[in-house]
Order: sequence, then C-alpha cells, then structure tokens
Amino acid sequence: MFAYALRRLVMTVPVLLGVATLVFALIHLVPGDPAQAMLGDSAPPADLADLRTKLGLDQPLLTQYRTFLTGLVAGNLGTSFRYNTPVAREIGLRLGRTAQLAMAAMAVAVLIAIPLGIVGALFRGSTLDHVATTLSLVGVSMPNFWLGPLLAIVFAVTLGWLPVSGTGTLAHLVLPAVTLGAALAAILARMTRATLIDELRELYVLAARARGVSRSRAVVVHAFRNSLIPVVTIIGLQLGAVLTGTIITETIFAWPGVGRLLIQAISFRDYPLVQGCILFIAVTYVSMNLIVDLLYGWLDPRIRYQ
Amino acid sequence: MIRRLGIGIVLLVVFAAIFGPWLTPYDPVSQNLPLRLAAPSWSHPLGLDELGRDLLARLLAGARVSLFVGCAVVGISSIVGIGIGSVAGYLGGKTDTAIGRLMDVLLAFPGILLAIALVAVLGPSLRNVVLALVTIGWVGYARLVRGQVLKVRELEFVQSARALGAPLSRVLLHHVIPSTFSAVSVQATLGMAGAIIAEASLSFLGLGVQPPTPSWGTMLDAGRAHLFDAPHLTVVPGAAIALLVLGFNFLGDALRDRLDPRAL
Repeated sequence: MFAYALRRLVMTVPVLLGVATLVFALIHLVPGDPAQAMLGDSAPPADLADLRTKLGLDQPLLTQYRTFLTGLVAGNLGTSFRYNTPVAREIGLRLGRTAQLAMAAMAVAVLIAIPLGIVGALFRGSTLDHVATTLSLVGVSMPNFWLGPLLAIVFAVTLGWLPVSGTGTLAHLVLPAVTLGAALAAILARMTRATLIDELRELYVLAARARGVSRSRAVVVHAFRNSLIPVVTIIGLQLGAVLTGTIITETIFAWPGVGRLLIQAISFRDYPLVQGCILFIAVTYVSMNLIVDLLYGWLDPRIRYQ
Repeated sequence: MIRRLGIGIVLLVVFAAIFGPWLTPYDPVSQNLPLRLAAPSWSHPLGLDELGRDLLARLLAGARVSLFVGCAVVGISSIVGIGIGSVAGYLGGKTDTAIGRLMDVLLAFPGILLAIALVAVLGPSLRNVVLALVTIGWVGYARLVRGQVLKVRELEFVQSARALGAPLSRVLLHHVIPSTFSAVSVQATLGMAGAIIAEASLSFLGLGVQPPTPSWGTMLDAGRAHLFDAPHLTVVPGAAIALLVLGFNFLGDALRDRLDPRAL
C-alpha cells in the first residue's frame, strides 16, 4: 500500500506543475497589457508602471515563472488588486463556507439517490422504475443555474418557507445544497440502480434466498453492501464536480464562498485573485481525486497491483 | 421510444432555430418599455422581459446561439481530438507519452473552471466561449479515440494495409479512424448537451454572449432579478435549456445502447 501511495503521489507532481503552469500562463493570455486591462484605458502611465512592477510583469518571463512557483511553495498566491490583501487570506476567509455548502450538497445527494436507486433496482421494469429512471435523467439534464432560481420561486417567493439568499441559519443552506446536490443525486441514483441490479444476479444472493433469507434482507444486508464500492468511488470522483458547481450555486444564492469570490474577481479584473481562486479550486480538485484513488486502492487490493 | 423522443426534441429546437424569424412578428432586440415585464398574453405568448422585448422572439433567437455553440464546439473538438488521439494511439512511444501528459493536465483541471479562466482573461464573447470550450473539449475525444486506435491498430486489416506500404495518412484516414466513428458519435451527441450547458453557464455568469444578443443563459441571468415580479423570465429560458439538453441526453443514451449492447 505504501509503494502504491508513493507512486500515486509522484504521478500527481507533474499534473500539479502543469496546472500551476496553466494558471501562470493565464495572465499572459490577457489581450494587450494586463496592467492596462486592470486599471482601464485612462490610467496614468505612472500607475501602470507601478502595477507592472507590483505584479512582476516587468521581469523576464522565466524570472516571473520562477517567482510564481517559489511563491506557491511558500503558500504565497500574490496580492489582491481590489482588496489590497494577500490572495490566500481572502480565500481562507471564504473556504469554510464553500466546504459547508459542498458537504451539505453531498449529504442531500446521498439521501435522495440511494433510496431512488434501490427502488429502481428492486422494481426493475416497473412503472416505479421508469419514474425513478426518468427522474434521474431529468436531474442530470436540469442545469443548476435553472434549478436554483426555480426552487427559490417555489420555496422562497411563493411559499415563503426558506430565505432566497444569504447566510446565517441552517435554513439559508437548504436551497443552495439541494441545487448543488441534485445533479449528483441523479448520477448516484443511476449508479446505485445499475450496480445493485448486477449484484442481485450474483450467486451469493441466490444462495441467501435459497437459505430462506427474505428478499428485503437479501437486498439490504447482502447485495447493497457489495454494490456500495463503485457508488462510493463515484461519490469521491464527483466531489470535484461539486466543488466547481459551487461557483454557480454561490453566485445564484449570494453565498459568500470561494466560487463567488472568483466571479467577483473576474468582474473587477482582479487577475491575481482570479489566478489564486482558480489555482486553489484546481489543486483541491486534483487532491480530492488523489485521496479517492488512495482510498480505492486501500479498499480494493487489486488496484494496488495493477 | 427514448431515441424517438430525443430526436423529436432536437428536431423541434432545430426547426425553431431555423424558422424562428417567421414564427413570431417581433424582433428579439426591439424594446417596448411601457410593456416591460408583462405576463404572457395572446399577443405575447411568453410575455415580455425587463426591457419590454418579446420573450418568444428572444427564445427562438437564443436557440440559434445554443445550437451554433453546440455544433461548433463538438465539430471542432471532435476533429482535433480524433486527429491527436489517432496519432497518439497509432504512433505510440514518445509521441503518445507527450500527448498523454498534456491530456492528463487538462483532464486534471475541472473543465468548466478552465473555460471560466480562459474567458475571464480573453474577454466575454461568443468566439471566446467556443475557443474555451474547444480547449477543454478535444481531450475527451482524443482519449476515446486513442483507446480505440490502440485496439484497432493490431487488427489484421490495418496490419495488411501497412504491409502493403500504405502511408501513415492513408492508414489512419481510411482504415483506423473510420472504425472509431460509432464511439465518437455517442460522445458527440452527449457532448452537444455538455456544450449547450457550458455556454449557458458562462452566459449566466456574464462571461458568454453579451447583451443585446439573446442567449438562454443571459436571459436566465436577467430573469434572476425579477423572481418576485416576473418569474416567467426565469422559467421559460431554463425550460428551453433543460429540454434541449434532455433531448441530446436521450439521443446519446439510445445511441450508446444501440451501438454498445454491453452498456444495457
């Protein structure tokens, strides 16, 4: 297991370096002068020169790249142009909110998907199964930037049960979490149904039934547990998708997380903050995939020896 | 059944996009401010938006944008991906390793995040949206085609063509690439759904199509400010996006089941 973990860690290093290089290249893709783009066309030349020095844009490209990478290793993501504070600090201030939203969305997805998947597998081919399958396909096709406002119209505007945006209480978390978790729930429900159907065909389930074990016990105690491994893997792999989904969900519900910070930074052309947020989200995404791979290797020894 | 439903939905939207200007007498950008936020009526079946523009006319014009982005992104991404993937899979060795590393980095990057980053620095426009989505889109096709080519290149008809001295371009274009088309067609159909959602997401965030050009994503974003007084501004464009995406998903699922019985 140690050798496998080490191999996976080593494989992640070039990927992280590639991600960092892409993010570094972003500011150099800005058409024209990035300093001009940030300060506007009417900015005085002295201010432009000052900002170029501050961002290091007056240095040779290789020096800029080396400074950028050295800064990253030390946890320095630069200074926000808008807030005039370290980018890492601004991200740190909002990190908890994004994590809270992502975790709540995962919980919502699991709570909806598992029962839906079990119903689909148990009553395969029935009307109930068709309803569950169609629901999950609709869930996949329904963009969260539509589902969010729809939920707000029904539960905040019409019924007045939940707040339409903001933070503070648990009620504020409900609509963003459901919005973010719905697509994942749809994917998980389909996965649960498919793997459970496969497991129900296995001989050990037949053997359990032959020994007089009830159908519900054979499903829940025997087949369901074994069908969980691929489902857990999908949950892990989808963590990254949930993380990127927070960008839109946080914007819809004015949730003060990293995703909303990114969109605000883009509208203010605060490129150091844009770079920092993108790098942070991308590195978190890569790290999550690494953790899932390590966990999967630990759960299933065959993976370690491939 | 599902395939027919998928084809029906997609054809309906294609019809609406082509014949949109003849289906409504209103211009999608002309304003009628006294009637702003008017609810659906006989003269304006879907109502009017915050600037008094006919929502049906804008919806029909928005269908063109969505389909254009979907076709452009899928078309360019698949051509680039097939080219790169087949070269990587067929040549193997250092070429395959170099392309593989580049694909690893791009796949490690969450797709929509890279698109947001690119549009953020290049500036919001329809062209930059297509460019950003192609930058992330080709990788999926290249990976798929590379895998297919690895299997196909060992088959006898390919070995025979090589033994007869056919040049690389002929082996790839006439023998190897055609055998990947069924897998690519499934990916392309599902890719249409992905590209349409991605364009709408970027436009919703203000990074895509810019006003006054109608796009379903920008219409949804504008409708967000009127959830209380004009919810139809949110419901209508969102339903259009969901319907078209559902259509392509139905079609993609049905194609996959038909072309790959193991997926059933």
